[in-house]
Amino acid sequence: MQSTAHDFKDNVGTALADPNLQDSLAKLKVGFSERRRQAAERLPEFEALRDCARDIKNHALANLDFYLEEFERKVIALGGHVHWAPTADDARRIIGDLCKSVGARTVAKSKSMVAEEIALNEHLEALGIAPIETDLGEYIIQLRHEPPSHIIAPAVHLTKDQVADTFFEHHAPLGFTKRLTERNDLVAEARHVLRQKFLDADVGLTGANFLVAETGSSMLVTNEGNADLSNTLPKMHIVLASIEKVIPTLEDAAVLLRVLARSATGQESSAYTTLNTGPKRADDLDGPSAYHVVLLDNGRSSVLGTKMQDMLRCIRCGACMNHCPVYGAIGGHAYGWVYPGPIGAVLTPQLIGVEEAGDLPNASTFCGRCESVCPVRIPLPGLMRHWREREFERHLTPRAVRQGLALWSWLVRRPKLYRWATQMANRLLSMFGRAEGRYRSLPLAGGWTRFRDFPAPPAGGTFHAQWARHGGARVRP
Amino acid sequence: MSETRNPARAQILDGIRRSLHRGDLTDTARLAVEQRLAVPPRGPVVARAQLPAAEKVALFCQWAEANNATVSRVAAADVPDEVSAYLARNNLPAEAAIAPSPQLERYDWTSQKLLNLRRGRGEARDQVSITGAFAGIAETGTLVMASGPDHPVSLNLLPDTHIVVLREGDIVSGYEEVWTMLRGRYGKNSMPRTVNTITGPSRTGDIEQAIELGAHGPRRMHIVVVHD
Repeated sequence: MQSTAHDFKDNVGTALADPNLQDSLAKLKVGFSERRRQAAERLPEFEALRDCARDIKNHALANLDFYLEEFERKVIALGGHVHWAPTADDARRIIGDLCKSVGARTVAKSKSMVAEEIALNEHLEALGIAPIETDLGEYIIQLRHEPPSHIIAPAVHLTKDQVADTFFEHHAPLGFTKRLTERNDLVAEARHVLRQKFLDADVGLTGANFLVAETGSSMLVTNEGNADLSNTLPKMHIVLASIEKVIPTLEDAAVLLRVLARSATGQESSAYTTLNTGPKRADDLDGPSAYHVVLLDNGRSSVLGTKMQDMLRCIRCGACMNHCPVYGAIGGHAYGWVYPGPIGAVLTPQLIGVEEAGDLPNASTFCGRCESVCPVRIPLPGLMRHWREREFERHLTPRAVRQGLALWSWLVRRPKLYRWATQMANRLLSMFGRAEGRYRSLPLAGGWTRFRDFPAPPAGGTFHAQWARHGGARVRP
Repeated sequence: MSETRNPARAQILDGIRRSLHRGDLTDTARLAVEQRLAVPPRGPVVARAQLPAAEKVALFCQWAEANNATVSRVAAADVPDEVSAYLARNNLPAEAAIAPSPQLERYDWTSQKLLNLRRGRGEARDQVSITGAFAGIAETGTLVMASGPDHPVSLNLLPDTHIVVLREGDIVSGYEEVWTMLRGRYGKNSMPRTVNTITGPSRTGDIEQAIELGAHGPRRMHIVVVHD
C-alpha cells in the first residue's frame, strides 16, 4: 500500500477531528486491554510463558537459515512447494504466476498483513484476478477501499452504522435491499454473500501466524473460520509468510499460542487454530490439490544481528497498539502504512525508510505500556529511541527542534547557568499566575498551547531548589 | 523452481548468515539444533489442566461451555439418541452429513428411524454435520480434528451446526499431549493435511468489538462426550 507516513502530522489532525473514529477508539481503549488483563490474571503461568515465548523466538532467529531449510525440506517431502521472495515485487510476481497457472478468476483471501505489505490486491487486480477479502473486518474495508487500521481488527475504526451503510450500498445489487441495523444481521448477510465466493474461488490465499520447521506446517489462528474455508475449498492453497514466522517445533507453537490469543483478544484460545501441511492426500475427500508457501524477506534478513533484531520476535497480536495512548487517540490510519501503533513505529522505518516514516517513532510518550504487555517482550520504546537517533543523525529532524536541542544540551552542561535559568523560568511562569495549575496560552509556546494546556510548575521552586531545601534526602510521602 | 537451488533462495539464506556474522552453522551448533528438533523441549506446564482423568473431563466440558459450545455427557449406547434429541430440541432437521469414520460406525445409527444420514464430505447445502474428534484439550475446551478419509475438513466448517462425538479417553491436558498422539499416529515425519483445533463455534468481533457467533463456520457446536 502507498504510504502516507510522511504526512503523519496532518493525518493526526484529521483523526482527532473524526467523531466516528473517536467513538470507535473509546470502545477499543476499554475492550481489548481489559480482556487481556483478565486473561493474564487467570493464568498463573502467563509471565513464565512470555519469557519462554521470547526465548523461543530468539532461538529461531539465531538459527533462522537452518529452520527455514528444514521447513522447506518438510514441505517438499509432503508434496508442497516453497518459493523464496527476497522482495515484495518477487512475492507479487510468484503469487500472480501461481494464480495464472490455474486460470484463477477469483482468490479467496484470509486476512494477511504481509499481503497488505506487498500490496497484493492491487497486483492481482491488474492481472484481472479478483481478490476477495473474507475476514469480516477486511471485507468491510475492502468494500470501502480503505486500508486496515489495526493488525487484528482491521475495521475497528468504524461504527456499526458505517458498516450498515456500506453493506446497504454494496449488497443492494445482490438483492439485499433492506438497510440492517443489528450486528448479528450484518454478520449473517456478510456470511451469506461470502459463502458463495468461497465456493467459487479458484485459489485460497492465507497468511501464517507460524511456520513449524519440524513438520513443514503453516499455522493459522482465526476466530471466524474464513482461513479454513480458504485453505480447504479452492483447488490451490497459497500461504504467504515472512521469513521470521518460522519456529522450530509444535511444542514451541503451544507456548506461543498460549500467549498470542490472550494478548490479542483476551481469549483463552482463538476459535480456530489450524495446521496445514501439504496438499490433499490421495484418499482425502476434500482439500486443495496444490499447496504453495511463499517466503518473503523484504528487508527482514538485514535486521538480524543488529540492535533492531528484537522487532523480528513480533507475533502480531496487537497488544502494543491496544495499550498505546497515542494509538488510542489517533487510530491506525494516521500512521500511514500497514503496521500502526508502537510496533508500526518500529517496523515501518525499517521496511520503507526512516526518511518516509521518521515521524512515527516520535509519536510516543515512552510510557512503556507497550513493552509491559508485549507477549515476546520486545523493548519497543528502546527501539523507537533508536529510530529517533537515526533520524537525528541523518539531519531529518526539523531545524527548530535541532536548534532547540542544541541550546538545551549547551545549557545542561553548565549546571550553574542551568539552575539560574530554570529558577528564572519558574519565577516568570509564576508571574503569569498558576491559579488553575495550568496555562491555556503562553508566549513563545503557542505550538504547544494551541492543542493542550501547559502544566504550571508546582509551588516551592524548581526541583533542584526543593532538593537542596530537604538536604538532598529523599522526601517521604 | 522451488525445489532446486535458486538465486532467490541463496540470496535470502546468504543474507541471513551475513547478518548473523557467520557462515553455515558449525557442526556443533547444527547438532544442537537437530537435537532440539528431535527431542522438543516443552514450555512451562499449565497447572490447571494437570488433573486426574475424571476432573480433566470436567475441565474440558467447563471450558467448552465457556467458549459457547454445548456439551452432553452420555454412555456409548446413547450417542445416536442424544444426536436425535439435540436436533429436535433445537428445531433442526433430522438430517445430517456424517464423517465416514469407523469410530462413528460403532454407534447404532439405524436405531434412529427418523434420522437421515449422508456419509461423505461437507456440501454447501448441509445444515448439520456429525464428526468424531482426534482429541479434546482440557486446558481450553478445544477439539482437535485430524483430516483424512474418515474426517473431511469441510464437515468442520460448512454446516450451520456441528455435532462432535468425543470419547472421554481422548481428552488430554494440553497441546503437548496432542502432538505426542499425532507423532504416534502419523509418524515423526508425517502429518495429516490439516489439523484443526476448534474452540467453540465460529465468531467475530469485527463490528464494534462485540462478539457475534457464526461468522463463517458453524453457528452452533454441540459436543457429545462419551463415557468409555
